[in-house]
Amino acid sequence: MAFQPVQQKYTGSIREVTLGAGDKAVVIGGRSAFPFYTFEGQMPHPPRIAMEVWDKDPNDEWSEVAKEPFKDVLGDPVAWAKKCVQEYGAEILAVQTKSADPNADNKPAEEVAAVVKKIVDAVDVPVVVWGVANHEKDSQVMRLLAEQCAGKNLAMAPVEEGDYKQIAAACLGYKHTVVASTPIDVNLAKQLNILLGNLGVKEEKIVMDPTTGSLGYGLEYTYSVMERITQAALTQGDEKLLQPLICNVGEEVWKTKEANQTNDEAPQLGDQKTRAVMMETITAVDLLLAGADVVILRHPESVALVKGFIQKMS
Amino acid sequence: MGLTGIEIFKLLPKTNCGDCGVPTCLAFAMNLAAGKAELDACPHVSEAAKEKLAADSAPPVRPLTVGTGEYAVKVGGETVLFRHEKTFVNPPGLATLVTTAEDAASVDGKMARFKACQFERVGLNLRPEMFAVQDATGDAGALTALAKKIADGTGAALILISDKPDVLKAAAAELKDKKPLLYAATADTADELGAVAKETACPLAVKGDGTLDSVIAVTEKLAAMGLKDIVIDTGTRDLKKAFEEQIQIRRAAIKNRFRPLGYPTIIFANEMADDLLNEAIVAATFVAKYAAFIVMSDVKPEVHFPLLLERLNIYTDPQRPMTAEQGIYPINNPDENSPVLVTCNFSLTYFIVSGEIEASRVPSWLLVQDTEGLSVMTAWAAGKFNGETVGTFVQKCGIMDKVKHKSIVIPGYAAAISGELEEEIPGWNVVVGPREASHISKFLKEFKPQ
Ligand code: B12
Ligand code: SF4
Repeated sequence: MAFQPVQQKYTGSIREVTLGAGDKAVVIGGRSAFPFYTFEGQMPHPPRIAMEVWDKDPNDEWSEVAKEPFKDVLGDPVAWAKKCVQEYGAEILAVQTKSADPNADNKPAEEVAAVVKKIVDAVDVPVVVWGVANHEKDSQVMRLLAEQCAGKNLAMAPVEEGDYKQIAAACLGYKHTVVASTPIDVNLAKQLNILLGNLGVKEEKIVMDPTTGSLGYGLEYTYSVMERITQAALTQGDEKLLQPLICNVGEEVWKTKEANQTNDEAPQLGDQKTRAVMMETITAVDLLLAGADVVILRHPESVALVKGFIQKMS
Repeated sequence: MGLTGIEIFKLLPKTNCGDCGVPTCLAFAMNLAAGKAELDACPHVSEAAKEKLAADSAPPVRPLTVGTGEYAVKVGGETVLFRHEKTFVNPPGLATLVTTAEDAASVDGKMARFKACQFERVGLNLRPEMFAVQDATGDAGALTALAKKIADGTGAALILISDKPDVLKAAAAELKDKKPLLYAATADTADELGAVAKETACPLAVKGDGTLDSVIAVTEKLAAMGLKDIVIDTGTRDLKKAFEEQIQIRRAAIKNRFRPLGYPTIIFANEMADDLLNEAIVAATFVAKYAAFIVMSDVKPEVHFPLLLERLNIYTDPQRPMTAEQGIYPINNPDENSPVLVTCNFSLTYFIVSGEIEASRVPSWLLVQDTEGLSVMTAWAAGKFNGETVGTFVQKCGIMDKVKHKSIVIPGYAAAISGELEEEIPGWNVVVGPREASHISKFLKEFKPQ
């Protein structure tokens, strides 16, 4: 008798969420099996890659190998965003509002929002706006953006327990999407989704950020919490965890020591660019296997490698 | 499906002699069922009962070892599908391919890179541990010579590859003391290679035709010959299909205790991608999803370092974060005027911070406070690294007898605790250090404790 595979029973499927608006809007989620387990369920929308853009010149903070592909545009966020879309085929952009950081440049919210709005107006792909995880500052910036970019269906991150009332309310008012962010914990993730629901945010407007740890720096915690969220959502009937997941990968990987050590500083670790790109790529591959629907990446070569992986697995 | 206590009891001598340390056979049976006793403790159990019990309690994925000495690779023994359910136990061996058609310079290059590919991290030595040596010409002498050269030059565990049974047989006879994995028996060669594996006591791989049914037919045949150390290659070289198969194999073994698939698996990433970076993506996929051996076409630090980190992360026990011992760590021979720094006992944090201090060459005292293995910010958020805990620790650990000054450096990310800490250790000067460990060196070179 032929071998009979063991079947996994599923109780639900991940909700579909639309990012952006218009022709280039992107739908994520919809999956009714574990990530890439298409032999026993559907994956109508393969995971997507968002490319990272900073709202300021990351000159001092990025290593030479990270800057290299963008060296002509780093001082101009709009040109940078366009380059990602036109040259590297980015389907989603993730704008990190670094200039808002109260511990660094601390640019006024109006100025920060104005730059992001310029980027949003200059491209037609969906935009995720990623703040600095400072409740007060993020609330100010996101509230301005929500109004100024009404109709664009931005995704706003990170929306945390401490600022969801402000940011999610703004999203609700102007029909943007909420990225609900919690520190690596299934119950906290669920709890925040419930709070957002109580506020009136619809399920098709919520993406979850489980908090990302880089390869070598806590990846295993993120990996397992995502697997647990996915299991609870898909096999244990937990309706409150059926939202798609997004991971801010590039930011975490490129700040690690080994991604930044030059060939001279760490000859035993081999070529820096390939090393950092592979650290970013493998972190993304693991998180995709654990259930990420969107991964935010920094280097165009990582984008190409991860894209190839998703294609082969879809 | 483990046997119940009652089922085990039926297999015991039922004499209640007490030699096992508990008064009755039933009590012993219950302990066995609960995993609280070893069968060996009963000297009177029959051979037949032993066999039955051993078969039943055998792990769902057969554990086996390839190679000998410090590079020996133990695989299998896994009991869960997801690491959070318990833990993954035996990380996959990473192998580099060489063939008998390859020129000596290329082989030597790989051997040199293999040896250099070792990385110290969290107190461990991360490195690939295997070579896959492939017969390209049908010449057993050449295969044996190449394998010997590799083993002697690197100590690596070996996978011997040939599609000619007589070549494999000859090479296995020469190299059996090194316990190589023999690759591979097919439906046609199972009898012949099964006999070789038995004779040499080497583990044997099975190669299917791309279906699990073909694999099962061969593993059943080999098991019937008495072979236990078997490794599965389904024969599939398509990423997506291989992914599905790895999942089905692991599920069948664990959920159904389906013995014919209860063996470790091997993935040939070198045959599944066109360049080393894409091979690494294939390898990364199967580090997470269940491979026991992964073969790649080359070994390079910039590719293998990330892979080794991934393997470390995925195979870390989720229930037990790696920790460092609480205490005072002298670095670079400090004296009574040397700076004092404090951190948490998450081993990753400890190793990063102590490494940076060491690299700065500034003699220093590093205080490591027990935070139950949580990182600085996590511990702070969990209330395990705050003014009170750090203050109490600084007072009790004895550092105050070792230095004349009264300054303590805290992590930049823990700046929020500085006020509280000053209250806990009156008269002390709490200095907020840099956030990132990489800035510690520069900081220490300028810092003067007071
Ligand atoms: C992995 C992780 C976890 C893991 C635990 C990992 C561990 N072993 O600690 C788990 C999932 C268990 C966890 C739990 C929680 N977490 Co957590 N976690 C993380 C994560 C992703 C990475 C932490 C890490 O491993 N860092 C790597 C180590 C090496 O960093 P480090 O110890 O800080 O050391 C660096 C520096 O501090 C410096 N340094 C260290 N020592 C010293 C000493 C001196 C003198 C100097 C100068 C420098 C220095 O050098 C090191 C390298 O640069 C971070 C977010 C992030 N991406 O950073 C959140 C994070 C730390 N967690 C957070 C929170 C809130 C929690 C929870 C309270 C939430 C919850 N889930 O209930 C719990 C608390 C734990 C509990 N109650 O048991 C927050 C903390 C927010 C804050 N600032 O208060 C963070 C920042 C996430 C976030 N943005 O919200 N977490
Ligand atoms: S030693 Fe064996 S026979 Fe004696 S009581 Fe224990 S289980 Fe029974």
